[in-house]
Amino acid sequence: MYVLNQICKIFDSRTVAVRELDLKIGRGERVALIGPSGAGKTTLFRMLNLTIPPTSGTLLFDGLDSRHFSGRRLREVRRRIGTIYQQHNLVPRLQVVHNVLSGKLGSWPTWRAVQSLIRPTEADLALEALRHVGIADKLYERTETLSGGQQQRVAIARLLAQDPEVILADEPVSSVDPALAAGIVKLLIDLSETHCKTLLMNLHSVDLAFAHFPRLIGLKDGTISFDLPAAAVTDEHLAALYVGSQTEAVEEEIFSRAEPSFVRSCQPHLTR
Amino acid sequence: MQNRHSSAPVSLTLPARRHSNFQIVWSVLFILTFLGSYRLAQVKPLLLLEPEGRRNIWRFVTGMFPPDLSWDFVSLLGRPIIETIQLSLMGTFMAVVIGFPLGLLATRSLTFTGILNEREMVDSRRSVFLLRKGTYLLVRAILSLFRTIPEFVWAFMFVRAVGLGPFPGVLAIGISYAGMLGKVYSEILEHVNPGPLESLQATGASRLTILLYGLLPQALPNLVSYTLYRWECAIRASTILGFVGAGGIGQQLEISMRMFNFNQVLTLVAILFVMVAGVDVLSAKVRRTILSRSSV
Ligand SMILES: Nc1ncnc2c1ncn2[C@@H]1O[C@H](COP(=O)(O)OP(=O)(O)OP(=O)(O)O)[C@@H](O)[C@H]1O
Ligand SMILES: [Mg+2]
Repeated sequence: MYVLNQICKIFDSRTVAVRELDLKIGRGERVALIGPSGAGKTTLFRMLNLTIPPTSGTLLFDGLDSRHFSGRRLREVRRRIGTIYQQHNLVPRLQVVHNVLSGKLGSWPTWRAVQSLIRPTEADLALEALRHVGIADKLYERTETLSGGQQQRVAIARLLAQDPEVILADEPVSSVDPALAAGIVKLLIDLSETHCKTLLMNLHSVDLAFAHFPRLIGLKDGTISFDLPAAAVTDEHLAALYVGSQTEAVEEEIFSRAEPSFVRSCQPHLTR
Repeated sequence: MQNRHSSAPVSLTLPARRHSNFQIVWSVLFILTFLGSYRLAQVKPLLLLEPEGRRNIWRFVTGMFPPDLSWDFVSLLGRPIIETIQLSLMGTFMAVVIGFPLGLLATRSLTFTGILNEREMVDSRRSVFLLRKGTYLLVRAILSLFRTIPEFVWAFMFVRAVGLGPFPGVLAIGISYAGMLGKVYSEILEHVNPGPLESLQATGASRLTILLYGLLPQALPNLVSYTLYRWECAIRASTILGFVGAGGIGQQLEISMRMFNFNQVLTLVAILFVMVAGVDVLSAKVRRTILSRSSV
Protein backbone atom coordinates (compact mmCIF):
# COMPACT_ATOMS: atom_id res chain seq x y z
CA MET A 1 0.00 0.00 0.00
CA TYR A 2 2.77 2.35 0.98
CA VAL A 3 6.38 2.48 -0.15
CA LEU A 4 8.47 5.19 1.46
CA ASN A 5 11.92 5.89 0.21
CA GLN A 6 14.34 8.19 2.02
CA ILE A 7 11.54 10.38 3.37
CA CYS A 8 12.61 13.50 5.27
CA LYS A 9 10.44 16.13 6.86
CA ILE A 10 12.02 19.34 8.09
CA PHE A 11 9.84 22.05 9.66
CA ASP A 12 10.82 25.72 9.32
CA SER A 13 14.13 24.63 7.73
CA ARG A 14 15.50 23.57 11.09
CA THR A 15 13.35 21.10 13.02
CA VAL A 16 14.01 17.65 11.61
CA ALA A 17 10.95 15.59 12.46
CA VAL A 18 11.51 12.61 10.15
CA ARG A 19 14.81 11.71 8.58
CA GLU A 20 15.69 9.34 5.72
CA LEU A 21 12.93 6.94 6.50
CA ASP A 22 12.39 3.79 4.43
CA LEU A 23 9.23 1.84 4.96
CA LYS A 24 7.05 -0.66 3.13
CA ILE A 25 3.54 -1.44 4.22
CA GLY A 26 1.47 -4.03 2.42
CA ARG A 27 -2.25 -3.99 1.78
CA GLY A 28 -4.22 -5.30 4.71
CA GLU A 29 -1.23 -5.25 7.02
CA ARG A 30 -1.58 -4.28 10.69
CA VAL A 31 1.31 -2.36 12.11
CA ALA A 32 1.85 -0.68 15.47
CA LEU A 33 4.22 2.26 15.75
CA ILE A 34 5.77 2.90 19.10
CA GLY A 35 8.31 5.44 20.16
CA PRO A 36 9.01 8.23 22.59
CA SER A 37 7.28 11.57 22.48
CA GLY A 38 8.61 13.76 19.69
CA ALA A 39 9.85 10.79 17.66
CA GLY A 40 7.94 11.98 14.60
CA LYS A 41 5.03 9.56 14.66
CA THR A 42 2.37 12.19 14.11
CA THR A 43 4.44 13.86 11.42
CA LEU A 44 4.83 10.53 9.64
CA PHE A 45 1.06 10.01 9.72
CA ARG A 46 0.41 13.46 8.32
CA MET A 47 2.61 12.59 5.37
CA LEU A 48 0.97 9.19 4.97
CA ASN A 49 -2.49 10.75 4.77
CA LEU A 50 -1.23 13.22 2.17
CA THR A 51 -1.96 16.41 4.07
CA ILE A 52 1.66 17.53 4.33
CA PRO A 53 4.24 16.75 1.65
CA PRO A 54 7.65 15.33 2.59
CA THR A 55 10.56 17.76 2.33
CA SER A 56 12.44 15.15 0.30
CA GLY A 57 12.17 11.50 -0.64
CA THR A 58 9.43 9.64 -2.45
CA LEU A 59 6.16 8.38 -1.04
CA LEU A 60 4.27 5.87 -3.15
CA PHE A 61 0.64 5.23 -2.30
CA ASP A 62 -0.81 2.22 -4.05
CA GLY A 63 2.10 2.35 -6.47
CA LEU A 64 1.58 6.00 -7.40
CA ASP A 65 3.93 8.83 -6.52
CA SER A 66 2.17 11.17 -4.09
CA ARG A 67 3.76 14.20 -5.73
CA HIS A 68 1.66 13.69 -8.83
CA PHE A 69 -1.63 14.00 -7.02
CA SER A 70 -3.41 17.32 -7.04
CA GLY A 71 -6.87 18.82 -7.04
CA ARG A 72 -9.74 16.38 -7.42
CA ARG A 73 -7.39 13.44 -7.88
CA LEU A 74 -5.67 14.19 -4.58
CA ARG A 75 -9.01 14.38 -2.80
CA GLU A 76 -10.05 11.04 -4.22
CA VAL A 77 -6.90 9.46 -2.85
CA ARG A 78 -7.32 11.13 0.55
CA ARG A 79 -10.82 9.74 0.70
CA ARG A 80 -9.32 6.24 0.77
CA ILE A 81 -7.21 7.06 3.82
CA GLY A 82 -8.88 7.62 7.17
CA THR A 83 -7.13 9.28 10.08
CA ILE A 84 -7.90 9.39 13.76
CA TYR A 85 -6.02 12.27 15.27
CA GLN A 86 -4.29 12.46 18.61
CA GLN A 87 -6.15 15.72 19.37
CA HIS A 88 -9.43 14.34 17.94
CA ASN A 89 -9.67 17.41 15.69
CA LEU A 90 -13.44 17.60 15.75
CA VAL A 91 -15.36 20.82 15.18
CA PRO A 92 -16.44 21.68 18.73
CA ARG A 93 -19.55 23.71 17.96
CA LEU A 94 -21.08 21.24 15.52
CA GLN A 95 -23.45 18.52 16.61
CA VAL A 96 -21.94 15.06 16.90
CA VAL A 97 -23.97 13.91 13.90
CA HIS A 98 -22.28 16.50 11.63
CA ASN A 99 -18.85 15.59 12.90
CA VAL A 100 -19.50 11.93 12.19
CA LEU A 101 -20.96 12.63 8.75
CA SER A 102 -18.04 14.87 7.86
CA GLY A 103 -16.31 11.57 7.14
CA LYS A 104 -18.50 11.52 4.03
CA LEU A 105 -17.33 14.88 2.69
CA GLY A 106 -14.82 13.20 0.41
CA SER A 107 -17.53 11.26 -1.39
CA TRP A 108 -20.49 13.64 -1.23
CA PRO A 109 -21.03 16.29 -3.87
CA THR A 110 -21.08 19.82 -2.46
CA TRP A 111 -24.86 20.26 -2.58
CA ARG A 112 -25.22 17.11 -0.55
CA ALA A 113 -22.84 18.45 2.09
CA VAL A 114 -24.79 21.70 2.32
CA GLN A 115 -28.08 19.87 2.53
CA SER A 116 -26.80 17.64 5.31
CA LEU A 117 -25.68 20.62 7.33
CA ILE A 118 -29.24 21.91 7.32
CA ARG A 119 -30.77 18.51 7.93
CA PRO A 120 -28.53 15.43 8.38
CA THR A 121 -29.07 13.29 5.29
CA GLU A 122 -27.57 10.04 6.55
CA ALA A 123 -28.37 10.27 10.23
CA ASP A 124 -28.92 6.50 10.38
CA LEU A 125 -25.37 5.94 9.14
CA ALA A 126 -24.05 8.25 11.84
CA LEU A 127 -26.15 6.50 14.44
CA GLU A 128 -24.84 3.12 13.36
CA ALA A 129 -21.24 4.36 13.59
CA LEU A 130 -21.84 5.82 17.04
CA ARG A 131 -23.45 2.59 18.18
CA HIS A 132 -20.22 0.80 17.30
CA VAL A 133 -18.29 2.98 19.70
CA GLY A 134 -20.98 2.91 22.36
CA ILE A 135 -22.24 6.49 22.38
CA ALA A 136 -25.34 6.32 20.21
CA ASP A 137 -27.21 8.50 22.70
CA LYS A 138 -24.99 11.48 21.88
CA LEU A 139 -26.10 11.83 18.26
CA TYR A 140 -27.54 15.33 18.51
CA GLU A 141 -25.36 16.58 21.35
CA ARG A 142 -23.04 19.49 20.72
CA THR A 143 -19.58 17.97 20.34
CA GLU A 144 -17.78 20.30 22.74
CA THR A 145 -20.01 19.17 25.59
CA LEU A 146 -18.64 15.61 25.37
CA SER A 147 -15.81 14.29 27.53
CA GLY A 148 -12.37 13.71 26.03
CA GLY A 149 -12.88 9.98 25.72
CA GLN A 150 -16.30 10.45 24.14
CA GLN A 151 -14.84 12.89 21.62
CA GLN A 152 -12.18 10.38 20.77
CA ARG A 153 -14.94 7.90 20.01
CA VAL A 154 -16.75 10.43 17.85
CA ALA A 155 -13.53 10.71 15.85
CA ILE A 156 -13.54 6.93 15.44
CA ALA A 157 -17.19 7.03 14.38
CA ARG A 158 -16.25 9.60 11.74
CA LEU A 159 -13.66 7.16 10.45
CA LEU A 160 -16.30 4.43 10.33
CA ALA A 161 -18.54 6.74 8.29
CA GLN A 162 -15.70 7.47 5.91
CA ASP A 163 -15.03 3.74 5.46
CA PRO A 164 -11.48 4.12 4.10
CA GLU A 165 -9.09 1.43 2.81
CA VAL A 166 -6.28 2.57 5.06
CA ILE A 167 -6.71 3.48 8.71
CA LEU A 168 -4.12 5.69 10.39
CA ALA A 169 -4.85 5.86 14.09
CA ASP A 170 -2.71 8.31 16.02
CA GLU A 171 -3.03 7.43 19.70
CA PRO A 172 -6.69 6.44 19.31
CA VAL A 173 -6.96 5.40 22.94
CA SER A 174 -4.98 8.09 24.72
CA SER A 175 -7.93 9.54 26.61
CA VAL A 176 -10.06 6.53 27.48
CA ASP A 177 -9.83 4.09 30.36
CA PRO A 178 -7.78 0.89 29.87
CA ALA A 179 -10.79 -1.41 29.46
CA LEU A 180 -12.32 0.81 26.81
CA ALA A 181 -8.89 1.26 25.20
CA ALA A 182 -8.58 -2.46 24.65
CA GLY A 183 -12.12 -2.50 23.24
CA ILE A 184 -11.42 0.27 20.77
CA VAL A 185 -8.16 -1.25 19.61
CA LYS A 186 -9.99 -4.51 19.06
CA LEU A 187 -12.73 -2.74 17.14
CA LEU A 188 -10.19 -1.26 14.76
CA ILE A 189 -8.37 -4.58 14.45
CA ASP A 190 -11.61 -6.39 13.64
CA LEU A 191 -12.45 -3.75 11.09
CA SER A 192 -9.13 -4.23 9.36
CA GLU A 193 -9.37 -8.02 9.54
CA THR A 194 -12.88 -8.41 8.18
CA HIS A 195 -12.56 -5.84 5.40
CA CYS A 196 -8.87 -6.29 4.71
CA LYS A 197 -8.10 -2.70 5.59
CA THR A 198 -4.54 -1.61 6.19
CA LEU A 199 -4.13 -0.44 9.77
CA LEU A 200 -1.35 1.69 11.23
CA MET A 201 -1.59 2.67 14.85
CA ASN A 202 0.55 4.81 17.09
CA LEU A 203 0.49 3.50 20.60
CA HIS A 204 2.08 4.65 23.79
CA SER A 205 0.93 1.43 25.38
CA VAL A 206 3.49 -1.19 24.46
CA ASP A 207 1.30 -3.90 25.99
CA LEU A 208 -1.54 -3.18 23.58
CA ALA A 209 0.88 -3.19 20.68
CA PHE A 210 2.21 -6.60 21.63
CA ALA A 211 -1.22 -8.00 22.27
CA HIS A 212 -2.83 -7.04 18.96
CA PHE A 213 -0.26 -6.39 16.25
CA PRO A 214 1.81 -8.85 14.27
CA ARG A 215 4.33 -6.16 13.26
CA LEU A 216 5.92 -3.51 15.44
CA ILE A 217 7.92 -0.50 14.33
CA GLY A 218 9.96 1.49 16.80
CA LEU A 219 10.46 5.11 15.82
CA LYS A 220 13.07 7.30 17.47
CA ASP A 221 14.40 10.73 16.51
CA GLY A 222 12.61 10.54 13.17
CA THR A 223 14.12 7.23 12.06
CA ILE A 224 13.21 3.59 12.39
CA SER A 225 14.93 2.01 15.33
CA PHE A 226 13.49 -1.45 14.70
CA ASP A 227 10.92 -2.98 12.39
CA LEU A 228 10.19 -6.52 13.46
CA PRO A 229 7.49 -9.13 13.92
CA ALA A 230 6.06 -8.72 17.41
CA ALA A 231 7.55 -12.01 18.56
CA ALA A 232 11.05 -10.86 17.68
CA VAL A 233 10.92 -7.62 19.65
CA THR A 234 12.90 -7.98 22.84
CA ASP A 235 13.17 -5.88 25.95
CA GLU A 236 16.54 -4.64 24.73
CA HIS A 237 14.86 -3.21 21.66
CA LEU A 238 12.39 -1.36 23.84
CA ALA A 239 15.04 -0.16 26.24
CA ALA A 240 17.04 1.24 23.33
CA LEU A 241 13.92 2.91 21.98
CA TYR A 242 12.99 4.74 25.13
CA VAL A 243 16.41 5.37 26.63
CA GLY A 244 17.43 9.02 26.77
CA SER A 245 13.90 10.20 26.19
CA GLN A 246 12.70 9.87 29.73
CA THR A 247 12.91 12.60 32.28
CA GLU A 248 15.95 12.10 34.45
CA ALA A 249 14.01 10.79 37.40
CA VAL A 250 12.31 8.08 35.39
CA GLU A 251 15.54 7.16 33.70
CA GLU A 252 17.26 6.72 37.01
CA GLU A 253 14.44 4.55 38.14
CA ILE A 254 14.75 2.35 35.09
CA PHE A 255 18.40 1.70 35.65
CA SER A 256 18.13 1.34 39.38
CA ARG A 257 15.60 -1.41 38.94
CA ALA A 258 17.97 -3.20 36.58
CA GLU A 259 15.01 -5.04 35.21
CA PRO A 260 14.50 -4.34 31.55
CA SER A 261 10.90 -5.51 31.42
CA PHE A 262 10.05 -2.61 33.70
CA VAL A 263 10.68 -0.31 30.77
CA ARG A 264 7.72 -1.85 29.09
CA SER A 265 5.36 -1.14 31.94
CA CYS A 266 6.46 2.38 32.68
CA GLN A 267 5.08 3.80 29.49
CA PRO A 268 2.22 6.21 29.95
CA HIS A 269 -1.39 4.99 29.66
CA LEU A 270 -0.32 1.54 30.54
CA THR A 271 -0.51 1.43 34.27
CA ARG A 272 -3.74 0.14 35.67
CA MET B 1 23.26 16.92 4.53
CA GLN B 2 20.59 15.81 6.93
CA ASN B 3 23.20 13.70 8.66
CA ARG B 4 24.61 16.73 10.37
CA HIS B 5 21.45 16.97 12.39
CA SER B 6 21.33 13.36 13.29
CA SER B 7 23.25 13.46 16.55
CA ALA B 8 20.52 14.99 18.70
CA PRO B 9 17.08 16.51 18.26
CA VAL B 10 17.60 20.03 16.98
CA SER B 11 17.41 22.35 19.95
CA LEU B 12 15.80 25.75 19.88
CA THR B 13 18.31 28.56 19.51
CA LEU B 14 16.85 30.87 22.15
CA PRO B 15 14.57 32.89 19.88
CA ALA B 16 12.76 34.26 22.93
CA ARG B 17 15.62 36.56 23.82
CA ARG B 18 15.84 38.23 20.43
CA HIS B 19 12.12 38.73 20.45
CA SER B 20 12.07 40.62 23.71
CA ASN B 21 14.76 43.13 22.62
CA PHE B 22 12.64 43.80 19.60
CA GLN B 23 9.62 44.34 21.80
CA ILE B 24 11.49 46.78 24.05
CA VAL B 25 12.49 48.93 21.08
CA TRP B 26 8.93 49.03 19.85
CA SER B 27 7.52 49.84 23.26
CA VAL B 28 9.91 52.76 23.67
CA LEU B 29 9.02 54.04 20.20
CA PHE B 30 5.35 53.78 21.03
CA ILE B 31 5.71 55.71 24.27
CA LEU B 32 7.68 58.46 22.52
CA THR B 33 5.04 58.70 19.83
CA PHE B 34 2.34 58.90 22.46
CA LEU B 35 4.06 61.70 24.38
CA GLY B 36 4.78 63.52 21.12
CA SER B 37 1.13 63.29 20.09
CA TYR B 38 0.04 64.67 23.42
CA ARG B 39 1.95 67.85 22.76
CA LEU B 40 1.30 68.13 19.06
CA ALA B 41 -2.44 67.55 19.34
CA GLN B 42 -2.52 70.46 21.79
CA VAL B 43 -4.27 68.54 24.50
CA LYS B 44 -5.10 71.28 27.03
CA PRO B 45 -7.93 70.08 29.27
CA LEU B 46 -7.86 73.36 31.23
CA LEU B 47 -9.23 75.18 28.18
CA LEU B 48 -12.60 73.64 28.99
CA LEU B 49 -12.69 75.46 32.30
CA GLU B 50 -11.95 78.93 31.03
CA PRO B 51 -14.84 81.45 31.30
CA GLU B 52 -15.44 81.75 27.56
CA GLY B 53 -15.65 77.99 27.03
CA ARG B 54 -17.72 77.51 30.15
CA ARG B 55 -20.26 80.10 29.06
CA ASN B 56 -20.73 78.52 25.61
CA ILE B 57 -21.15 75.05 27.00
CA TRP B 58 -23.66 76.39 29.51
CA ARG B 59 -25.66 78.11 26.79
CA PHE B 60 -25.75 74.95 24.70
CA VAL B 61 -26.80 72.76 27.60
CA THR B 62 -29.51 75.07 28.98
CA GLY B 63 -30.74 75.66 25.45
CA MET B 64 -31.48 71.94 25.23
CA PHE B 65 -34.06 72.06 28.00
CA PRO B 66 -36.87 71.48 27.90
CA PRO B 67 -36.68 69.05 24.94
CA ASP B 68 -39.05 69.91 22.14
CA LEU B 69 -41.86 67.38 22.39
CA SER B 70 -44.47 69.42 20.55
CA TRP B 71 -46.58 67.39 18.12
CA ASP B 72 -45.59 69.69 15.28
CA PHE B 73 -42.00 68.63 15.65
CA VAL B 74 -42.38 65.02 16.77
CA SER B 75 -44.82 64.20 13.99
CA LEU B 76 -42.10 65.17 11.54
CA LEU B 77 -39.75 62.49 12.89
CA GLY B 78 -41.48 59.24 11.92
CA ARG B 79 -40.05 59.20 8.45
CA PRO B 80 -36.46 60.08 9.39
CA ILE B 81 -36.45 57.40 12.09
CA ILE B 82 -37.57 54.72 9.68
CA GLU B 83 -35.15 56.06 7.11
CA THR B 84 -32.26 55.82 9.55
CA ILE B 85 -33.06 52.23 10.46
CA GLN B 86 -33.45 51.25 6.82
CA LEU B 87 -30.28 53.05 5.87
CA SER B 88 -28.19 51.40 8.56
CA LEU B 89 -29.70 47.98 7.94
CA MET B 90 -29.29 48.06 4.17
CA GLY B 91 -25.84 49.60 4.50
CA THR B 92 -24.69 46.86 6.85
CA PHE B 93 -26.27 44.20 4.65
CA MET B 94 -24.45 45.55 1.62
CA ALA B 95 -21.23 45.66 3.63
CA VAL B 96 -21.63 41.98 4.52
CA VAL B 97 -22.38 41.03 0.92
CA ILE B 98 -19.25 42.82 -0.31
CA GLY B 99 -17.06 42.30 2.73
CA PHE B 100 -17.54 38.57 3.26
CA PRO B 101 -16.19 37.29 -0.05
CA LEU B 102 -13.38 39.83 0.05
CA GLY B 103 -12.68 38.77 3.62
CA LEU B 104 -12.33 35.15 2.50
CA LEU B 105 -9.85 36.18 -0.18
CA ALA B 106 -7.94 38.24 2.38
CA THR B 107 -7.57 35.27 4.72
CA ARG B 108 -4.03 33.95 4.51
CA SER B 109 -4.91 30.54 5.81
CA LEU B 110 -7.37 30.14 2.95
CA THR B 111 -5.40 31.66 0.12
CA PHE B 112 -1.76 30.76 0.45
CA THR B 113 -0.46 29.60 3.82
CA GLY B 114 -1.30 27.01 6.43
CA ILE B 115 -2.44 23.45 6.25
CA LEU B 116 -4.96 23.98 3.46
CA ASN B 117 -2.20 25.16 1.16
CA GLU B 118 0.71 22.94 2.23
CA ARG B 119 0.85 21.28 -1.15
CA GLU B 120 0.81 24.54 -3.09
CA MET B 121 3.90 25.67 -1.21
CA VAL B 122 5.96 22.95 -2.87
CA ASP B 123 8.31 24.28 -5.52
CA SER B 124 6.59 22.64 -8.45
CA ARG B 125 3.44 24.73 -7.85
CA ARG B 126 5.26 28.00 -7.35
CA SER B 127 3.15 29.88 -9.92
CA VAL B 128 -0.11 28.91 -8.25
CA PHE B 129 1.35 30.07 -4.96
CA LEU B 130 2.38 33.45 -6.35
CA LEU B 131 -0.99 33.96 -8.02
CA ARG B 132 -2.78 33.29 -4.74
CA LYS B 133 -0.50 35.55 -2.77
CA GLY B 134 -0.99 38.28 -5.37
CA THR B 135 -4.77 38.01 -5.05
CA TYR B 136 -4.47 38.20 -1.30
CA LEU B 137 -2.37 41.36 -1.42
CA LEU B 138 -4.65 43.00 -3.98
CA VAL B 139 -7.78 42.28 -1.95
CA ARG B 140 -6.16 43.58 1.22
CA ALA B 141 -5.27 46.78 -0.61
CA ILE B 142 -8.85 47.18 -1.84
CA LEU B 143 -10.21 46.63 1.65
CA SER B 144 -7.95 49.21 3.17
CA LEU B 145 -8.83 51.70 0.44
CA PHE B 146 -12.52 51.13 1.24
CA ARG B 147 -12.05 51.98 4.88
CA THR B 148 -9.42 54.69 4.60
CA ILE B 149 -11.87 56.98 2.84
CA PRO B 150 -14.29 58.17 5.54
CA GLU B 151 -18.00 57.34 5.25
CA PHE B 152 -19.04 60.94 4.70
CA VAL B 153 -16.59 61.36 1.82
CA TRP B 154 -18.06 58.28 0.19
CA ALA B 155 -21.54 59.72 0.87
CA PHE B 156 -20.54 63.03 -0.64
CA MET B 157 -19.38 61.27 -3.79
CA PHE B 158 -22.49 59.12 -4.04
CA VAL B 159 -24.81 62.07 -3.46
CA ARG B 160 -23.21 63.61 -6.53
CA ALA B 161 -23.67 60.38 -8.44
CA VAL B 162 -27.21 59.30 -7.52
CA GLY B 163 -28.72 62.40 -5.92
CA LEU B 164 -29.93 63.20 -2.41
CA GLY B 165 -31.71 60.66 -0.18
CA PRO B 166 -30.93 57.51 1.74
CA PHE B 167 -29.53 55.52 -1.18
CA PRO B 168 -26.15 57.34 -1.32
CA GLY B 169 -25.99 56.75 2.43
CA VAL B 170 -26.53 53.04 1.96
CA LEU B 171 -23.78 52.94 -0.63
CA ALA B 172 -21.43 54.91 1.59
CA ILE B 173 -21.94 52.66 4.60
CA GLY B 174 -21.88 49.57 2.41
CA ILE B 175 -18.51 50.39 0.90
CA SER B 176 -16.66 51.75 3.91
CA TYR B 177 -18.00 49.09 6.26
CA ALA B 178 -17.19 46.38 3.74
CA GLY B 179 -13.59 47.45 4.20
CA MET B 180 -13.78 47.05 7.96
CA LEU B 181 -15.84 43.85 7.94
CA GLY B 182 -13.58 42.24 5.35
CA LYS B 183 -10.48 42.94 7.38
CA VAL B 184 -11.93 41.77 10.68
CA TYR B 185 -13.57 38.71 9.09
CA SER B 186 -10.22 37.67 7.68
CA GLU B 187 -8.58 38.05 11.07
CA ILE B 188 -11.29 36.01 12.78
CA LEU B 189 -10.99 33.26 10.16
CA GLU B 190 -7.23 33.18 10.44
CA HIS B 191 -7.36 32.56 14.16
CA VAL B 192 -9.57 29.51 13.93
CA ASN B 193 -8.07 26.27 15.25
CA PRO B 194 -6.53 24.59 12.16
CA GLY B 195 -6.66 21.06 13.61
CA PRO B 196 -10.27 20.33 12.62
CA LEU B 197 -9.61 21.81 9.18
CA GLU B 198 -6.73 19.42 8.70
CA SER B 199 -8.83 16.45 9.69
CA LEU B 200 -11.59 17.47 7.27
CA GLN B 201 -9.03 17.89 4.54
CA ALA B 202 -7.69 14.42 5.30
CA THR B 203 -11.10 12.90 4.57
CA GLY B 204 -10.93 14.33 1.06
CA ALA B 205 -13.20 17.31 1.66
CA SER B 206 -13.02 20.15 -0.84
CA ARG B 207 -12.05 23.67 0.12
CA LEU B 208 -15.67 24.81 0.04
CA THR B 209 -16.89 22.03 2.29
CA ILE B 210 -13.99 22.59 4.69
CA LEU B 211 -15.16 26.19 4.84
CA LEU B 212 -18.72 25.11 5.60
CA TYR B 213 -17.98 22.30 8.05
CA GLY B 214 -14.84 23.52 9.77
CA LEU B 215 -14.08 27.18 9.33
CA LEU B 216 -17.47 28.88 9.55
CA PRO B 217 -18.87 26.86 12.47
CA GLN B 218 -15.80 27.71 14.51
CA ALA B 219 -15.80 31.39 13.55
CA LEU B 220 -19.54 32.02 13.52
CA PRO B 221 -20.04 33.56 16.99
CA ASN B 222 -17.28 36.08 16.41
CA LEU B 223 -18.39 36.88 12.88
CA VAL B 224 -21.95 37.52 14.02
CA SER B 225 -20.92 39.56 17.06
CA TYR B 226 -18.75 41.84 15.04
CA THR B 227 -21.34 42.29 12.30
CA LEU B 228 -23.99 43.28 14.85
CA TYR B 229 -21.59 45.71 16.44
CA ARG B 230 -21.04 47.26 13.03
CA TRP B 231 -24.79 47.64 12.58
CA GLU B 232 -24.87 49.62 15.79
CA CYS B 233 -22.07 51.80 14.48
CA ALA B 234 -23.97 52.23 11.23
CA ILE B 235 -26.88 53.86 13.07
CA ARG B 236 -24.52 56.41 14.50
CA ALA B 237 -22.74 56.85 11.19
CA SER B 238 -26.00 57.40 9.40
CA THR B 239 -26.54 60.60 11.43
CA ILE B 240 -23.31 62.05 10.14
CA LEU B 241 -24.29 61.02 6.65
CA GLY B 242 -27.48 63.02 7.14
CA PHE B 243 -25.29 66.10 7.29
CA VAL B 244 -24.28 65.61 3.68
CA GLY B 245 -27.83 65.02 2.56
CA ALA B 246 -28.27 61.30 2.95
CA GLY B 247 -31.58 61.68 4.81
CA GLY B 248 -32.60 60.12 8.11
CA ILE B 249 -32.38 61.56 11.60
CA GLY B 250 -29.03 63.12 10.78
CA GLN B 251 -30.52 65.48 8.26
CA GLN B 252 -33.08 66.66 10.84
CA LEU B 253 -30.30 67.02 13.40
CA GLU B 254 -28.30 69.18 11.04
CA ILE B 255 -31.28 71.44 10.36
CA SER B 256 -32.05 71.89 14.06
CA MET B 257 -28.43 72.66 14.91
CA ARG B 258 -28.13 75.17 12.12
CA MET B 259 -31.26 76.92 13.42
CA PHE B 260 -29.92 76.89 17.01
CA ASN B 261 -32.97 74.87 18.09
CA PHE B 262 -31.09 73.07 20.81
CA ASN B 263 -34.25 71.72 22.43
CA GLN B 264 -34.98 69.82 19.22
CA VAL B 265 -31.40 68.56 19.28
CA LEU B 266 -32.01 66.97 22.66
CA THR B 267 -35.13 65.17 21.40
CA LEU B 268 -33.19 63.86 18.43
CA VAL B 269 -30.24 62.72 20.52
CA ALA B 270 -32.61 60.94 22.90
CA ILE B 271 -34.22 59.16 19.96
CA LEU B 272 -30.80 58.12 18.68
CA PHE B 273 -29.90 56.86 22.11
CA VAL B 274 -33.01 54.71 22.23
CA MET B 275 -32.28 53.33 18.76
CA VAL B 276 -28.69 52.43 19.55
CA ALA B 277 -29.70 50.87 22.86
CA GLY B 278 -32.43 48.95 21.05
CA VAL B 279 -29.96 47.53 18.56
CA ASP B 280 -27.69 46.62 21.43
CA VAL B 281 -30.42 44.65 23.17
CA LEU B 282 -31.45 43.01 19.93
CA SER B 283 -27.92 41.98 19.01
CA ALA B 284 -27.30 40.58 22.48
CA LYS B 285 -30.37 38.43 21.95
CA VAL B 286 -29.28 37.26 18.51
CA ARG B 287 -25.80 36.49 19.81
CA ARG B 288 -27.22 34.42 22.64
CA THR B 289 -29.44 32.36 20.41
CA ILE B 290 -26.59 31.74 17.96
CA LEU B 291 -24.23 30.75 20.74
CA SER B 292 -26.64 28.36 22.32
CA ARG B 293 -27.93 26.78 19.15
CA SER B 294 -26.43 23.36 18.90
CA SER B 295 -26.31 22.84 15.15
CA VAL B 296 -24.21 25.08 12.90
N1 LIG C 1 4.06 21.97 12.56
C1 LIG C 1 5.28 21.83 13.13
N2 LIG C 1 6.17 22.85 13.09
C2 LIG C 1 7.38 22.72 13.65
N3 LIG C 1 7.83 21.63 14.24
C3 LIG C 1 7.01 20.56 14.31
C4 LIG C 1 5.69 20.62 13.76
N4 LIG C 1 5.09 19.43 13.97
C5 LIG C 1 5.98 18.67 14.63
N5 LIG C 1 7.14 19.34 14.83
C6 LIG C 1 8.34 18.80 15.52
O1 LIG C 1 8.64 17.55 14.96
C7 LIG C 1 9.04 16.62 15.96
C8 LIG C 1 8.16 15.40 15.90
O2 LIG C 1 6.84 15.73 16.26
P1 LIG C 1 5.64 14.70 16.23
O3 LIG C 1 4.41 15.44 16.57
O4 LIG C 1 5.65 13.99 14.93
O5 LIG C 1 6.03 13.70 17.41
P2 LIG C 1 5.25 12.45 17.97
O6 LIG C 1 6.11 11.27 17.76
O7 LIG C 1 3.89 12.39 17.38
O8 LIG C 1 5.17 12.77 19.52
P3 LIG C 1 4.01 12.41 20.56
O9 LIG C 1 4.16 10.99 20.91
O10 LIG C 1 4.30 13.31 21.72
O11 LIG C 1 2.72 12.73 19.91
C9 LIG C 1 8.95 17.36 17.28
O12 LIG C 1 10.26 17.75 17.63
C10 LIG C 1 8.10 18.57 16.99
O13 LIG C 1 8.53 19.66 17.75
MG1 LIG D 1 2.00 12.69 18.11
